[in-house]
Amino acid sequence: MSHIVVLRVVAKLLIPVILLFALYVQFHGDFGPGGGFQAGVIFGSGFILYALIFGTAVARRAVPAGLTRITLAAGVLLYGGVGVAGIVLGGNYLDYSVLADDALTGQHLGITLIEFGVGLTVASAMITIFYVFAGQDRGPESPEQ
Amino acid sequence: MAVTAVALAWLRNLFAVVMLSGIFTLTAAVVYVVMDAVDVAFTEAAVGAGIATVLMLGSLVLTTAEEKVQPRRAIAPLAMVVLTGAILVYGTLDMPLYGDPSAPAHGHVAPRYIRDSGREVGPPNIVTSVLASYRGYDTLGEVFVIFTAAAGVIVLMGRGRRFRGRAKRDAKDS
Repeated sequence: MSHIVVLRVVAKLLIPVILLFALYVQFHGDFGPGGGFQAGVIFGSGFILYALIFGTAVARRAVPAGLTRITLAAGVLLYGGVGVAGIVLGGNYLDYSVLADDALTGQHLGITLIEFGVGLTVASAMITIFYVFAGQDRGPESPEQ
Repeated sequence: MAVTAVALAWLRNLFAVVMLSGIFTLTAAVVYVVMDAVDVAFTEAAVGAGIATVLMLGSLVLTTAEEKVQPRRAIAPLAMVVLTGAILVYGTLDMPLYGDPSAPAHGHVAPRYIRDSGREVGPPNIVTSVLASYRGYDTLGEVFVIFTAAAGVIVLMGRGRRFRGRAKRDAKDS
């Protein structure tokens, strides 16, 4: 698909906006609709659009498949780690109030961190699944050739 | 939505089916917006219409774009689907009307969330405070579901390059 000029130009214009919007949704989830899940999906789809237009080989150079697997686990670990940090600081699991001196600040910090973990995991899961699907491209046919 | 669903079942061209399911999801998202569930609508639009469509198209590339025509009529599955649908509709009869202030969902913990979440948790978006703080365990579980899904895809379909490697090996052998 990389030879279609219109697609390439439009995608080049749109992808930064999509990724920026994903970050906005990620960190503005406290105030408006949105949060980690939606942000991760938007980030992932922006990246998948890039891979669709410019080819998976280029996309793999930008974000290697191994990296998405690491961030996939890192997001879950970050979420679980925030919970464990709550225990270490003397509260219950996933109790954010003890993360800072002030309960409200602690809650805010905790929510921001876990939403970031959610976004990280969701985005990497989307990209990983897409890579696996796209990597099978010539799979079934090539052995017959 | 009903028209889209019937067309989905009727069509044989899987490409059109994928596109129609995207339209179906977008319509559902609009319905959620009308019902003031903006967060749900947002997720529905992003996940259902965005990612699901792309992944479906990806699997179309791997398989074929035409559904195989089955010669015999599927009476038993149709009866099963109709029966299940009837039971589900019968179940909704017991549910309170939409927007009914005396519904159980509004009488349990919801007033407390609305009254106290600003003081206890902080964010102006109550949906966020419920999901991330009050129901932190649930969201953690959801993240694990996503993680498991991606891990399952990796385990089942390989690292994405195995097929190509095998093809290369086959070419060398022959």
